[in-house]
Order: sequence, then C-alpha cells, then structure tokens
Amino acid sequence: MGKPKTIIEKVWEQHVVHREEGKPDLLYIDQHLVHEVTSPQAFEGLRLANRKVRRPDLTYATMDHNVPTKNRDVVKDEISRKQMETLRKNCEDFGIKLADMFHPDQGIVHVIGPQLGLTQPGKTIVCGDSHTSTHGAFGALAFGIGTSEVEHVLATQTIWQDRPKTLNVKVEGDLGPGVTAKDLILAIIAKFGVRFGTGYVMEYTGEAIRKLSMEERMTICNMSIEGGARAGLISPDETTVEFLRGREYVPKDEEFDRISEEWLALATDEGAVYDHTVTINAAEVEPQVTWGTNPGMGVPVSGATPRVAESDNPYEVERALEYMGLEENQPITSIEIDHVFIGSCTNSRLSDLKKAAAIVEGKQVKDTIKAIVVPGSFSVKLQAEKEGIDKIFKEAGFEWRDSGCSMCLGMNDDIVPVGGRCASTSNRNFEGRQGNGARTHLVSPEMAAAAAIEGRFVDVRHFAGVAL
Amino acid sequence: MEAIEQHEGLVYPLNRANIDTDQIIPKQFLKRIERTGFGQFLFYNWRFNEDGSLKEDFSMNDPKYEGASILLAGENFGCGSSREHAPWALEDYGFKVIIAPSFADIFYNNALKNGIILIKLDEAQIKEWQNQSEDGELKLSVDLPNQTITDEAGKVVGFEIPAYHKEKLINGWDDIALTLLMEEKISEFENGAQA
Repeated sequence: MGKPKTIIEKVWEQHVVHREEGKPDLLYIDQHLVHEVTSPQAFEGLRLANRKVRRPDLTYATMDHNVPTKNRDVVKDEISRKQMETLRKNCEDFGIKLADMFHPDQGIVHVIGPQLGLTQPGKTIVCGDSHTSTHGAFGALAFGIGTSEVEHVLATQTIWQDRPKTLNVKVEGDLGPGVTAKDLILAIIAKFGVRFGTGYVMEYTGEAIRKLSMEERMTICNMSIEGGARAGLISPDETTVEFLRGREYVPKDEEFDRISEEWLALATDEGAVYDHTVTINAAEVEPQVTWGTNPGMGVPVSGATPRVAESDNPYEVERALEYMGLEENQPITSIEIDHVFIGSCTNSRLSDLKKAAAIVEGKQVKDTIKAIVVPGSFSVKLQAEKEGIDKIFKEAGFEWRDSGCSMCLGMNDDIVPVGGRCASTSNRNFEGRQGNGARTHLVSPEMAAAAAIEGRFVDVRHFAGVAL
Repeated sequence: MEAIEQHEGLVYPLNRANIDTDQIIPKQFLKRIERTGFGQFLFYNWRFNEDGSLKEDFSMNDPKYEGASILLAGENFGCGSSREHAPWALEDYGFKVIIAPSFADIFYNNALKNGIILIKLDEAQIKEWQNQSEDGELKLSVDLPNQTITDEAGKVVGFEIPAYHKEKLINGWDDIALTLLMEEKISEFENGAQA
C-alpha cells in the first residue's frame, strides 16, 4: 500500500500525459461536452488552422442555452438561430454526435451527461460551461473551460492544468426534515464565501453527503464554482453504481461489474490528507434564501437581510441591497416575489420536480405571479408527464415548458423584467442574470414552490398541508 | 495571441469585489459566433441605460478614463461563468493589464490565453493607486520580464507570476501548436489507456 490518496489525486494522476517541473500538467480528457454558446469560435479556430477534432467519439454536443422552451419550431431570435445552426454545421463537419433541439436526448448539458451515462466515476470531463462541476457528483474530475480551451481539447483531447490543491468540505451530522441539498450548498457558500474554493478542487465528505441521492449530489457539486472551485466531487459508492447501471453509454453485464469495482476503488483512502478542510454541521442548516447579488449572500428563511454597518463589507452589502430593492434587516418572509423559476442544471431533474409538485398539489399559484417549470431534459419532461407531474403543475397555475437553460440566464425569451423579483432554483443571483434589472433569490425547488403559492418566502417546513 | 512584455497605460479603478463575468459581458451578447467586437459591450449594464445612453453615474463613463488600458479591481475578479467573451471584451475594449487582489480560476486561464496580464497585488497597494487615479489621473508602467510596476512618482512595486505564465505571455505562444508537438505522447497515452 502506498500513501493514502484522495480521489482528486487518484483521478488526476491517472490522466497525466506529460509532466515537467515548473509547468502545468498535460491532462487527458475522457469526455468533452459541447454546447452552442461557447463553441463556435473554437470550431472556427480549428478551420482557420486546418485542424481536425482528434476524438469526435469522446465529444458530445447538445443545444441548451439558447433554445426556446415553447414553440420550438420558430426561433424568432435571428442571432440565436444562427448560433444553433452553426453548432449543427460544426457537428456535421467534424463528425460529432449532436442532440439538437428536437432530439429525444436533448437537454441541459449537465443533465443529459449523467442521464445518458456519459458521466462516469474517474473520468476527466470538460465543457465550456462553469457548471461542469455538476458531474463531480459521480467522482469524475469535471470542470468548466473557456473557448480557447474548448478548441485545445477538440484539437488535442488534452488540456494544460496546474495541479490543484485539495479541499475537504466535511458535512457532519444529518440534514433536518424539509432541508434539502440545495439548502446545504447555499449554506456552505454563505458560511465560507464565494472564493474559499479558488485554486482548489473540493471533495464533499461526511455522513450527510453519503445519504444523498445522485440527483441531490449533483445539486451540491453543481454549485462548487459558486464557492470558487472549478471542480467539486464526491467519492463514488453503491448509490453511484446503482444510478449508472443500465444507462446507455455505460458498459453492460460483466464489464459493468468489473468497471464498478474500479469506480469504487477510486474513493478517497482512509487517512488521505487534504491541503485544507472546512466543516459544517448539517443539522444546523435551515432552508436558505439568498438576498443579495452573489450566491454567498444568503441567510436562513427565518433570518433577515444584514445590517449594513455590522457587515464585513458595508459597501458591497449596501450596493447589493440597493440593487435588490431591499431594506437592511428586512425579514426574508416579508419579501414578495412576482416570478418563480423551477429549472436549471442545479434543480431540474425528476426528483426536483416531484418534490416541488408535492408542495403545490391542489393549491393555486398566487395570481400576481408568473411561474414556470422547465425540465432539465426532454427525457425528464417525458417521464414527469408519464407520472402526471405536469398536470399537478399546470392545475396549480404553472407553465410547463420544454427543456433548456431558460430563465437561469435568460438567453432565450424566458427573462424576468426590469425590477422583477424571482424565486429561482438556479445557481446565480448576479445582477441582471435573469434579465437586465431583474432580482434573483436562490432557493430550493420546495421553497420556490411554496413561494409561488404564498407570493412571498415562507418556511416550507411549516407550509400548510405539507407533511415532511 | 499577441506577445506582450511591457505596457504603459492609463488606469481605470473599479473598486468592487466579486465582479462576475455576467457583469463583464452580459448574456445578450453571447450569441455572436465571432471572437471580435465585444469591447463595445463591456460592462454593458453598468455603462448604459436601457435606451442605450450612457449612465452618467458610472465612473467608467467619466471622460478622464477614456483610453484606459490598466484596470484596477477588487477581490475575486472574473468569478462566475466560464465565458471567454469576458476577456475578449476586456481586451477588445483596450485593457491589457488587470490588477486585483485575486482572480477567479477559470477567468485567469481565459485571460492568459488572450494575452492579458493579470497581476495579483495586496489590497493596500491597489487602494493607494485607486485613490490616486480617482483624485487625478494615474499612469502605470508594467514590466513583465522584471515583474515590476512603476508609477509616475517613481514607486516600484514587484509582483509574482508563475514562470510558465510569464513565458507564455512574453512569447505569445499558441498552446495548440505546442501541444501538438507532443502528439506521440498523447497517442501513447491513448493506447495505454485503452489497452
């Protein structure tokens, strides 16, 4: 037995193609995911230099950021249409598999990777999107890259990377009833800030993490980047193996048994040492709501916005409150909303939709609120419809849409108007993220659902008629 | 990318922490399929009103900062989305150097690929120059080989930068061409991994 290692070190070491003192490592990439927004300039670069895609078989593309979530046949926005057409042409020219807008495998790139089984433990996965960290839920080393790096991976199937430091995010204790994975990751970022992970790859450990389903683990890893870490992962276990069994791109039968042994062996060794460890007690986490303009500006639903003078950075807090149209020390439950968005690569999977549906069943969305549900993939949408979840939402007054990134970043028509206020299950509450002048409050699907009914934030644990 | 060794230029101070790439270049401009022409959209929602007119209360619109090529910013500059459109917009607008206490990881790499010099300095020094450029006008001179910044009063401040990053900037290397020189090693890795 050698020195105990973290999963981060194990996966990294398995992928080093070239190492030289004083330089970044050249890492091999097992899976490259591509979407329409961050790839056109990369393909153009290949054409100009007369280069090919080295491994089209390790590359998979879909359309998600721009796609309309209703009336797909007509993309009114000419520039969006052109961007999607460009991806189609690039995939044709370079021989890359594409799940386009009408393909049954279409969806948000971070939802379909796991769904298809392209995402597997121990893989290195990149995509021109910062929420690639999502795939870390499976024990993959997955991180977002820029367009120059997309071009580099297309051409060489490798990437130059500085060896990251390792950060153990240890979650002690158990989450209380009605407290979700989303609340946990929001609480982690509220506690440690939006840059505690910079320069690190995070691993989430502890009993509370082990008890999470794969979909909940994806919610956690998805927001690693919001804490500053390009990648965040969770050591694989039986939950991981069972999720992947039988998926399209996962090996079958004996080969599956063999590879799942390999996956389990990747888990961090007992006694492995991290460069840094932070600890949070899950039992103390309450349902969270962000009040400000970065994901670290969050408090429990029972709390209030900060007092400017008492905060660490009065200038930033004051600016954020002003943008958000909130007073200092304002109770969270007094904040009235006019939009609700259930969707995004953080919270648009079947279990997210089911949990939100359970809250709204038999109730009515407040009449001043526009509420939409955007499933993460075409497949999630179909499955939800099979189970009648769409009916629950529609009867309650939600719009039921086609899959895509949608109102998380408003690149299609799904935007929050100037001054509008949205309870959103997405990952970023930056200024203007959901629309110029829009105000975003990040919450779990359950909290968003309850807010849709009440018209303001309420503690879902005490929400009328809900048994937790 | 263009090689860069020395740069002298006017400072624009943007005294905010956690400036995310959604602010640097808002999403409505990510639909373009070109790599150029993003400078006009830099900090768009901060610089412009809904009707396209300039927001007078945003400092970047002060004529005294016209032509600025060195940006001073707060902690964690470039956090959020991986969009390389952010460094494209900064570079196209004319910023060659960005000085901040810290940068987000993905943004750091993206900026490096576009020949922008990113310099990490302690907050006190940044604050000093921020004040000077707000009160009057400040020019700084950046010497990458010697890793120094000199202000107009002759104060010389050193900075750290990984040797490999410095070498890349100074030579304006194309990463892909360099990596393709290692074709054999990549093939070897592939054969080994799939054996």
